[in-house]
Amino acid sequence: MLTEKDVRYVANLANLTLSADEMTRMAHDLAGILGQMDVLSKVDTSGIAPMSQVLFEDADETASLRADVEREPLGSDLAVANATITSGGYYKVPRVIEK
Amino acid sequence: MSIAKTIAEIQAGLRSRQFTAAELAREAIADAERQNPATNAFLTFSPERALAVAERVDAQIAAGTELGPLAGIPVAVKDVIVTKGLKTTCGSRMLENYIPPYDATAIERLESAGGMILGKVKCDEFAMGSSNENSAFGVVRNPVDLERVPGGSSGGSAAAVAQGSVPVSLGSDTGGSVRQPASFCGIVGVTPTYGRVSRYGLVAFASSLDHIGPFANNVSDAAALLQVIAGQDRMDATSAPVAVPDYLAALRNTDVRGMKIGVPVEYMKQATGDTADRIHESIAALRTLGCDVRDISLPNTEYAIATYYIVCTAEASANLARYDGVRYTARSANASTLHDMYANTRGEFFGPEVKRRIMLGTYVLSHGYYDAYYKKAQQVRAMITRDFTQAFSEVDAIVAPVSPFPAFKIGEKVDDPVAMYLSDIYTITGSLAGIPCMSVPCGNTSEGLPVGLQILCGHFQEERMFRLARAFEQQRGF
Repeated sequence: MLTEKDVRYVANLANLTLSADEMTRMAHDLAGILGQMDVLSKVDTSGIAPMSQVLFEDADETASLRADVEREPLGSDLAVANATITSGGYYKVPRVIEK
Repeated sequence: MSIAKTIAEIQAGLRSRQFTAAELAREAIADAERQNPATNAFLTFSPERALAVAERVDAQIAAGTELGPLAGIPVAVKDVIVTKGLKTTCGSRMLENYIPPYDATAIERLESAGGMILGKVKCDEFAMGSSNENSAFGVVRNPVDLERVPGGSSGGSAAAVAQGSVPVSLGSDTGGSVRQPASFCGIVGVTPTYGRVSRYGLVAFASSLDHIGPFANNVSDAAALLQVIAGQDRMDATSAPVAVPDYLAALRNTDVRGMKIGVPVEYMKQATGDTADRIHESIAALRTLGCDVRDISLPNTEYAIATYYIVCTAEASANLARYDGVRYTARSANASTLHDMYANTRGEFFGPEVKRRIMLGTYVLSHGYYDAYYKKAQQVRAMITRDFTQAFSEVDAIVAPVSPFPAFKIGEKVDDPVAMYLSDIYTITGSLAGIPCMSVPCGNTSEGLPVGLQILCGHFQEERMFRLARAFEQQRGF
């Protein structure tokens, strides 16, 4: 059973602030969903390699690599254009290291 | 001038000078604006962008030069596919003001072929949802019945075609987000083979499962749109180095006599009501066409939902880590430390379903649970894929329902995430295997709600899939 303490731990790992109401709701929802997922525990997967990507046996393994040639970069003005706070082509964030 | 429903009708009208591409673009946007208070399909209109392409097409027609395959065709684009200079929100307050600095490869190809992008259409937040109710910008309503959902997550893309504003649109499919809304809205929707279409510029949800796919009123137009956007792209290392065949040429031959069709017993034993009736009638129609229809087994189907929701949420939790308040438009005003800025921004700007999936994905990847959930799911994914490989050694194509039920009422399932997830049972298996699948209309329920027939084929067998779908469409008179 998932406790609110567990939820708080996972939320911290996920860098996600949740309100008290959200914590309660999340514990309930995740418990229900994880209950459904426990069906996998009865599958015998011994000797089965995990599949992390759709791969095509026929394809040459280097076929998806592109030539290593220079191309025009985005440029710092465009790269930072969607940030809320920037300065001189850089992102600005709260101070991390105190003086 | 009404907006024609097919590419062929529009291009005939353009070539015979009944209307210009610019006139059509203006009329199609006006139509979409008129219908938006009812269906809420469009979030952003892009008349300048559409007219820039229209003027190029009109100049080509005037000069008698060769036209692109989508010349003068109005298109709507799901708001998870980036468009340079045109706001792309992913249905999220997190990206409410995001202006992409580049075009997705599919967008570049579409506009090079003469397609006129009228605007961006709504979807579930970051494409997470099966009803379009998870959008931060309001629910899209099904044009067939405004009380009902259009399906999700590409609900706006399906509604834009179903309401007649555009003949084709682009959506994205991670676990059924093109096929299910196509079936709910009574149109054609295609999920190509994984790697067939570049994902460059498709905002990442679950990278090993994400696909861009077309919607259309008929099989031929969906094939025409796929033709344009398909093919290897140096900007996406997972786009496949496999030649793209001429899909429209393949459709000239719709003789499907002797084609071996499998019907998964695990799917049909769960199908009930009008949906099951329409699928059984469809199977009878395929027999009439001369197909050899037989039962097959996909034995690991019962594990698909759990497998899918572990894999997709794990990938989502990693992909969405980038929305931290630094680079992408939204930042919490209530934070004095860097960590609080990350966490509060995410807490304030993500919606409930996105938070749920980030939490679930973080949990299944966390220490002590990785092997039991994530690694286990990847192993079962391999078994589900092997089921299909085995099936396609016996049959040429598989047919199945798209959804266990037709379009449901707005609000009916929104508070029960487990019930919502279970509705994806028939579509996620194909997504996990990365095979091409599509939804083609196969009739209505007694309430007049559309039902879709799903067709699945082996990797890169889109030609065969389209040929079967076209033969079925002709036989059923759609």
